[in-house]
Amino acid sequence: MSFLVNLAIGLLFGIGLIVSGMSDPAKVLNFLDLFGTWDPSLAFVMGGAVLVAFVGYRLVLSRDRPIVGSGFHLPTKRDINARVTVGPAIFGLGWGLSGFCPGPALTAIGLATPGALAFVPAMFAGMWLARLMAEGRPKAARA
Amino acid sequence: MTEFTPLASLLGGMMIGLSAVLLMLWEGRIAGISGIAGRLLPPWRDGAFLSRLGFVAGLAAAPFVVMAFTGQPVAQTVSGNVPLMLAAGLIVGFGSVWGNGCTSGHGVCGLARLSARSLVATLVFMGVAIATVFVTRHLIGA
Repeated sequence: MSFLVNLAIGLLFGIGLIVSGMSDPAKVLNFLDLFGTWDPSLAFVMGGAVLVAFVGYRLVLSRDRPIVGSGFHLPTKRDINARVTVGPAIFGLGWGLSGFCPGPALTAIGLATPGALAFVPAMFAGMWLARLMAEGRPKAARA
Repeated sequence: MTEFTPLASLLGGMMIGLSAVLLMLWEGRIAGISGIAGRLLPPWRDGAFLSRLGFVAGLAAAPFVVMAFTGQPVAQTVSGNVPLMLAAGLIVGFGSVWGNGCTSGHGVCGLARLSARSLVATLVFMGVAIATVFVTRHLIGA
């Protein structure tokens, strides 16, 4: 059941990525190219998504619990440490080189372009490496 | 050049936001793609594997559903430079999980929750990505 509901919610997310243009690396790279062929469209993607999520989260989080499960799993870390700046910096480099962030890359796998077929398995490898490094560290060592 | 598409982009963005809200309503989780995809790999620490698999399958199915509805191919102009894409994939995967989020987890869900941490992360990855495109397109010259 949760598989099917998540399939539908993921499908909505993916259709949103495609309708918005975010799934096209050419459009992403033009959005990032402020000093060249700048295409500001993707500011509207983030604006629309944040607006709906801001209002919707307030409604949903006023409930005692989600529909399934005992409670909400919200991030609890608040400290601004090296990890929350170094990680995004590394991510931003790869995003700027390829035009792919993880969501759009996953919508691209079935279209089977050579670039996407190279990118997605490498992305999973990178994710796994980061998890093993992060979760292998003792808690006391975390800043 | 790509065409400026404010309405389609706003509509698509609102669909992404709605998806994030529905995931929070259904099982109380943040719609962060790097978190969802990264936890498809072992070790599995909670019982949400099938949920995550479903979400990722939905993302992967999206272009086929759009093509079935519109009858048009989905435009994706992906670089054919395989070594570059391998390297970029590796660092996107590593950086997004190391930083606890990507465009969705920090850029959409985090900002919607008014998280200062996510605001810092979003400014950093946007800034570095803009700088990267500046260097590759205007300094090195593509």
